[in-house]
Amino acid sequence: MDATIQTTITVNGAAVTRTVPARQHLIDFLRETLGLTGSHVGCEHGVCGACTIRVDGEIVRGCLMLAVQAHGRRVDTIEGMSDSGELAELQRSFHEHNALQCGFCTPGMLLAAHDLVRTKPQATRAEIREYMAGNYCRCTGYHAIVDAVEEVLALRGGKP
Amino acid sequence: MKAPSFAYAKPRSLEEAFVLLRRTEDAKVLAGGQTLLATLNMRLSSPAVLVDITGVPGLDGIAVRGSVLRIGALTRHREIERSPEVAEHAPLLAAAAPHIAHVAIRNVGTIGGSLAHADPAAEWPACCVALDAEIVVAARAGERRVRAREFFKDLFDTALAPGELIAAVEFPLLGAAYRSAFLELARRHGDYAMIGVAAVAKPAAGALADVRLAFLGAGTTPVLACGAMAAAEGKKPSPEVIAAVQRALAQDLAPIGDLNAAPATKLHLARVLSGRALAQLAA
Repeated sequence: MDATIQTTITVNGAAVTRTVPARQHLIDFLRETLGLTGSHVGCEHGVCGACTIRVDGEIVRGCLMLAVQAHGRRVDTIEGMSDSGELAELQRSFHEHNALQCGFCTPGMLLAAHDLVRTKPQATRAEIREYMAGNYCRCTGYHAIVDAVEEVLALRGGKP
Repeated sequence: MKAPSFAYAKPRSLEEAFVLLRRTEDAKVLAGGQTLLATLNMRLSSPAVLVDITGVPGLDGIAVRGSVLRIGALTRHREIERSPEVAEHAPLLAAAAPHIAHVAIRNVGTIGGSLAHADPAAEWPACCVALDAEIVVAARAGERRVRAREFFKDLFDTALAPGELIAAVEFPLLGAAYRSAFLELARRHGDYAMIGVAAVAKPAAGALADVRLAFLGAGTTPVLACGAMAAAEGKKPSPEVIAAVQRALAQDLAPIGDLNAAPATKLHLARVLSGRALAQLAA
């Protein structure tokens, strides 16, 4: 039973070991300890999706996971997924469709959209809306976001 | 907000978990944490220690064992959603899973956590009541089983005693003759349910036998609508039968009003869903 715990996490491909407070959220560990401020902190209770990151290949809420819970696991953030080119197609489409205004929600939107492209490549427009319902855009630019995701799905011809 | 400070321990066995839970009066079990961490962030609770049970072996997985489908407590919502065993043996659960929050939360949250939290608007408690599941409760002294219908005591209150954990939940195999339907109304996909119903029955020649209607969001616990079930039992869901079922719900349900809807609105919506559910079961 400890208030601080030595934790090793593979972040964007590189293993990092730090002593973290038990109460520290994974998202705060990434942003404040590692300086990876691309993922954002919005509501801090799992509602808005701005802190969406990937743990062991699956999207999660960075504010609903403790850093210590990610011990021994692989974490990918918007920084790593941008550099690797995984998100390039979606990023181009978001850009072309003006699918961001202030940009606060965009990293989370891109990760959620990427998961959709991967797992539901044949999603209809209604299914895109339903899938993306866990991510808030307070500029309310949802229409363009759905347009951008829809275009990527169409260009891929229904393939993941 | 940030969570208040607490200590953390990750036991590697059930025995170790029980020792930790006994040692600290104010310990809280952490599984997926998709509700617990939100409540900590909102400072609704402040336990001294979180006992992370995700390192305890034997508490996850989905398997048919004899006459039951056993789902380990640490099984994540997303695994249940995608499981071929669940789709075959408990299709009600497969239909309910997509209604639970969003993918990013279903990837982490667990069935055991949801049952222990006992939110009356949650999907799994109502499904367990409809399917007459048994909750397998582990304690230092050994295992005991509690019927889901006796497990949910009140708002966020269950039959779990201090120091006990949910190890698994077991669903009786109903067989291919049964059908199920899961319907839920929320303002937006993934939001808390305003009202929902987990419905199960055995259709034969158009009539429904062994009808079960368990509602979520309709009171302080999941509610088995016994009066409505009796009104539907053994009958074809004709407009008259559905009307009788809908009338009976006034006695069965006592929905709590919230920001979304007043109790009367929820009762109305429960009636609408019961009609749709019975039609689906008989179709």
